[in-house]
Amino acid sequence: MTAIKIENAGKKYIISRRNEDRLYDVMAGFLSRTAKRIIHPFTRIKSQEDENFWALRNVSFSVEEGERLALIGRNGAGKSTLLKLISRITSPTEGRISLRGRVSSLLEVGTGFHPELTGRENIYLNAAILGMRTHEIRRKFDAIVDFSGVEKFIDTPVKRYSSGMYVRLAFAVAAHLDSEILIIDEVLAVGDVEFQKKCLGKMDEISRGEGRTILFVSHNMGAVLQLCSRVICLDGGKMIFDTTNPAEGVKKYLSLSGDNISRSEWINKKSECINDYFLPERFGIYDSDGKPVTGPLTRGGKVYAEIEGTITKPDESLCIGYAMYNHDGVLLYWTFQKDLDNSPNELQNLCGHVCIRSEIPLDVLNLGDKRLALAVILFGREWLIHPNDKNTPSVSFTLEGPLNDSPFCVMERSGVMALNILWTVKGA
Amino acid sequence: MTANDSGFDIIIEPEKNTADFFRELVKFRELFFFMAWRDILVRYKQTVIGVAWSVIRPLMSMIVFSVIFGRVAKLPSGGIPYPVMVFSALLPWQFFSNSMQAGSEALIRSESMISKVYFPRIILPASAVIVSTIDFIISFAVLCILMVIFRFTPSAMMIFIPVFFVPAAMSALGAGFLFSALGVKYHDFRHIMPFILQAGLFISPVGFSSSIIPQKWRMIYSVNPMAGVIDGFRWCIHGGGLYVPGVIISVISSAVIFVIGLKYFRKTEKFFADYI
Repeated sequence: MTAIKIENAGKKYIISRRNEDRLYDVMAGFLSRTAKRIIHPFTRIKSQEDENFWALRNVSFSVEEGERLALIGRNGAGKSTLLKLISRITSPTEGRISLRGRVSSLLEVGTGFHPELTGRENIYLNAAILGMRTHEIRRKFDAIVDFSGVEKFIDTPVKRYSSGMYVRLAFAVAAHLDSEILIIDEVLAVGDVEFQKKCLGKMDEISRGEGRTILFVSHNMGAVLQLCSRVICLDGGKMIFDTTNPAEGVKKYLSLSGDNISRSEWINKKSECINDYFLPERFGIYDSDGKPVTGPLTRGGKVYAEIEGTITKPDESLCIGYAMYNHDGVLLYWTFQKDLDNSPNELQNLCGHVCIRSEIPLDVLNLGDKRLALAVILFGREWLIHPNDKNTPSVSFTLEGPLNDSPFCVMERSGVMALNILWTVKGA
Repeated sequence: MTANDSGFDIIIEPEKNTADFFRELVKFRELFFFMAWRDILVRYKQTVIGVAWSVIRPLMSMIVFSVIFGRVAKLPSGGIPYPVMVFSALLPWQFFSNSMQAGSEALIRSESMISKVYFPRIILPASAVIVSTIDFIISFAVLCILMVIFRFTPSAMMIFIPVFFVPAAMSALGAGFLFSALGVKYHDFRHIMPFILQAGLFISPVGFSSSIIPQKWRMIYSVNPMAGVIDGFRWCIHGGGLYVPGVIISVISSAVIFVIGLKYFRKTEKFFADYI
């Protein structure tokens, strides 16, 4: 029996790319848009600066009951969008998704937890939000508490819980849902090793023992191999391949990622980025031995961004650097070789082959995937290579926890930065 | 939840049909009360006197109103103890204004839930009305105590209070739906709401009796749904005459507000997770 049938599913977002540098443009644009938006609040007015972005398009596949399907692909490939459509958090722009049975998702555990409420109260509330009935919750209450291992604190407000306890309780509730289809998105990234093993065991039990259909999204290929019986790879909102041989699928995905899925070094093989001033030849992220980085990075090591190329026309306002974006495309910073006044590396006197290098400040970055896009500008005059262009060379890396030795800093923190700030504490 | 010929339980398409919408509400009915229960539990956590606040709040506003309007402004109350007259109007008004205020913020406050779990979104503003209903019942008990203190015998029409509660609840729900949906995209509404409610308090016959409105304006005055509701409450408690055309107009306008709010909410809810 088919548990999930997806036919031509697509989800469109509208991204605005406004060029409002001058206050006048901002105000004029604001006034005209406000007027239009008050009249049509939810239909975005499509202006010239806005462009459509299909997070997912023309995706069709079916999942049989009891299948354990892994969705893999780099960030932005459309995996999470697909899960959001299946779990009905957002609705598709086109296509149709048919489901048999109840769906529950572990998209983010602990949703609806209220810090002021006790563990007991939160179990009831969270379970109800996830779709459990009161009599079911009552029946499973002891099993949930038992699995979470927080019996002693069950009548304490969860705001006093450690982050580990919080996650354990939340996962315990979600794992006890009796749904036919279970959606799991990267929940294993948190919690200690022992608890992770327990979770994997529970998921194994759920899928094999109870014959439930599982949709699993993870960057952890080990977990994919351990849990799943089928792999679908997405990239750029489209399906790349679909295989029932997970080992082969993972291998194929990893070989793809070496090429165009995610890379830490870019080499200008096809003579891209042609302009009069600077022709980039190589751009990448390297460790202190000068080797391109492979795998996730952690704080503590030193890594460098390096740009090599040929200056064809020296100019005193030539700036070469990069822009860093986080996984959801937010610009973190720009940096150029001229950033510091006393920078000794003035390019205007140079002609010909140059190689510039700077350390990447890992100690201010939050965890997760980061993308570096090449940026070359004639300062105050024109962009030669704009970091925001679709074809601009970019490289990426993943920063993994912990942020520091503190037990409070193992996970990604809120905010775009995660600094280690020293506090001093004085008694009254 | 259309069980169509292919045997699937759930069909997800760009447009959701109305029958599915109501079937889901029935399925998730327990969540209405869970959300209301959460709000009540959370509201009085870490307060010293706890639930007593729900009695003290309406009592305090009643004192302020009777002092200002009864003593300072010396508005006529027609022989009824002023606190009783004010309180019987304050009851429906506070119910309406609390529901609308909480309802309009309900979606923004639950941002993380909306972007991570599916459940019928309308539960959030609707459960705010449940919370206000419970407050209403507590305040009503306070009113009964007041009547005993002032040795005031209410009219037998008290039994009609639930009848006037219905339009109050409908307009509160409708306004909550409308403003919560607008607030998802425009957080500006969070700042506008206090002014709307403040203006509403002075327009509605809370601090005065609607009999001071000139007869020729009363029809138009009753377009405010709370005007008819408050008049109705007063009539239930103090007896006397009831301006029936005004009540009818208010009932109609609360039904209109409810329908507009619900339609707008239904039309926009599928975008909530994208915009919040």
